[in-house]
Amino acid sequence: MTRQNRRRVLKAGAAFVGASALGFPTIVSGQGDKIKIGHLTALTGFLGALGAYAQLGLRMAQEEINASGGVMGRQLDIVSEDSVNPSTAATKAQRMLDQDGAAFLMGEINSASAATIMQVAARNKRFYLQIGARSDALRGKSCNRYTFHVDIPSHVMVYAVGKALVRDNMMKGKRFYTLTADYLFGHDLAAAAKTFFDENGGQLIGDELVATDVTEFSPYLLKIRQARPDIVCSNLAGNQVTNLVKQYAEFGLPYPIVGFNLNTADAWAAGEGNLSGTWPTVWHHDLDVSTSKTFVANFIKKYGKPPENHAWIEYISLKIMAQAMAETKSTETMQLVTYFENEPKFEILKARQGYFRSWDHQLMQEAYPFTVKPKGKAKDQYDTLALGEAVPAPNESLDVLAVSKEQNSCVM
Amino acid sequence: MQLVFLLEQVVNGLVLGGYYLLIALGLQLIFSVGGIVNLAHGAFYAIGAYFSVSIAKFLGFGPSVALSPIAVAMLGILFERFLLRRFYAADPILSLLVTFGLAMIVEQLIRIIWGAAPLSVNMPPEFKGSVLIGDFLFSRYRLFLLAVVVGVLASIWLLLHKASFGRVVRAGIQRRDMVAALGIRLQPYMTAIVMLGVGMAALGGALFAPITIVHPAMGAEIIIVAFVVVVIGGLGSFWGVVLSALLVGVVRGMTIHFIPAAGEASMYVLMFLVLLFRPRGLLGERIEKFET
Repeated sequence: MTRQNRRRVLKAGAAFVGASALGFPTIVSGQGDKIKIGHLTALTGFLGALGAYAQLGLRMAQEEINASGGVMGRQLDIVSEDSVNPSTAATKAQRMLDQDGAAFLMGEINSASAATIMQVAARNKRFYLQIGARSDALRGKSCNRYTFHVDIPSHVMVYAVGKALVRDNMMKGKRFYTLTADYLFGHDLAAAAKTFFDENGGQLIGDELVATDVTEFSPYLLKIRQARPDIVCSNLAGNQVTNLVKQYAEFGLPYPIVGFNLNTADAWAAGEGNLSGTWPTVWHHDLDVSTSKTFVANFIKKYGKPPENHAWIEYISLKIMAQAMAETKSTETMQLVTYFENEPKFEILKARQGYFRSWDHQLMQEAYPFTVKPKGKAKDQYDTLALGEAVPAPNESLDVLAVSKEQNSCVM
Repeated sequence: MQLVFLLEQVVNGLVLGGYYLLIALGLQLIFSVGGIVNLAHGAFYAIGAYFSVSIAKFLGFGPSVALSPIAVAMLGILFERFLLRRFYAADPILSLLVTFGLAMIVEQLIRIIWGAAPLSVNMPPEFKGSVLIGDFLFSRYRLFLLAVVVGVLASIWLLLHKASFGRVVRAGIQRRDMVAALGIRLQPYMTAIVMLGVGMAALGGALFAPITIVHPAMGAEIIIVAFVVVVIGGLGSFWGVVLSALLVGVVRGMTIHFIPAAGEASMYVLMFLVLLFRPRGLLGERIEKFET
């Protein structure tokens, strides 16, 4: 038998365990002589499940566009890969522009990865449609001329839920304890939450930073119990929210739990009876809008399950880009930038059309608070959420919840 | 009151450590006897969780926790017979590559079979909620989990230390050649150890499924913790791994109490400190085949 060196085995083992954290690329497609698009999203890690839905929505839009003749008579060819982490995301984005011949970049859910892709876009002066990352900083102090943002920012999510809490007498004089994802998005969400609490008479008595790889929350739950707050609030992201609500229900703590970020795939995974409280969403599959219903029906027919909000947002994002390329008859960055800055309206499968605000490049659109249907009322695992009224209300401007020019530090 | 809070975190950390132990002990046994760092160990943990979700749909929670580890242990026979067996005498880097590759294949297979979206399984309603024992708050479900872990641990200890099976295995850890010289084939014992190891990992997955989400990459997450526990505990020592798992659970809980943001880094700092002073781990034995 070969003599084995213990240190060597352990070192190699550690190297492989470390390597497993890097993830592996998934390529949706990649062919020549077409309009090439570079797409990145998280397919592994705590946002991986959302990225899987994102690819389904993107692929469906690509197939529809290509089946109807493509854009300017050219088929869309999308190279879609796992962004893995911020530095890998930047490397892949640069490679997509340099070697894959991508005309522009799209995608991302992780705010930290989106920030590095934005830097690549700015350095190369190339267009980037940032789709699913929600950090305020991306459209604030880190904004740049070449990037446009589709998903609602942290500020809007906090205000969408915050206003529902104010309405339900769950804000003024209440003591909040928050758990915050320890990365760019979580920090932004916590800052927006703190501002909202201060403005509306809420009191923040504790905030814990939680690393994004935490799956086990019992030590945090014990700290919450020790602090005895009135309301517990989640500023977490991805599947962490699901783990928190499951373990919160497991411990049966008596304080109501709410949150400023939750994606529907993570809500579906919580299991019956575990999720409670008020949360925000950017879109939900039972939205009572005819265009949305058609999209949902087609998606279910194709994939056998309803679309999650990241499937929806990737779908409308590619449709938006197809419209932009068709109307400008170009894939050139500055032509696209100028087009979007003129604030054209886009069909986004909601009651009101959306547009990108010219000075911070943020898509103005409705958001929705939601609560959880009472036990026994859900038809199936996808029917657990009760969508609230759209915010802003139909008679209000779409940018009433967004940060104002005075509040935003974005300088293009 | 502060002391009570700290004690509560310590006790909670011990419970969590018990759960880590379920996964780390199998990893350590396979490493100690076969000399293979089974990087696919997390994959069996994930399969255990997925099997339990599927079984629970038809038979409920109890049978899912019992049947899932048995099914995975059966897979363990195939794993040992057709894969691991070829690498006991080979360069360790090959077995690392093979098990790492297997972990990737299993993760992708899970995506194909069950989908990328996370799944959920509910615990029985009677396990939900907490009980107060003195000033300490315990999740009912985790008390059940602790009871299962203690039961499994006691059984494994008895098997390894009070049965002829254990005598051969322990001898095999130290002097494989001597065991062979006595006319004992280690092969069937190795099969049994792998069955036991991956079965325990699957039990961990099945038990944790109701309190965490079940998703394709869950195996990659747990293998890191299990590996750290084995390294801190030391090779060949049953009690080393027990001590290490409990220590990792307690240190994590205490770190989260005082410096929440450093909670997940704490076990790596602990590993660094332990290896600095005890390169073989806390109670690691000198195993000749691993020394140069």
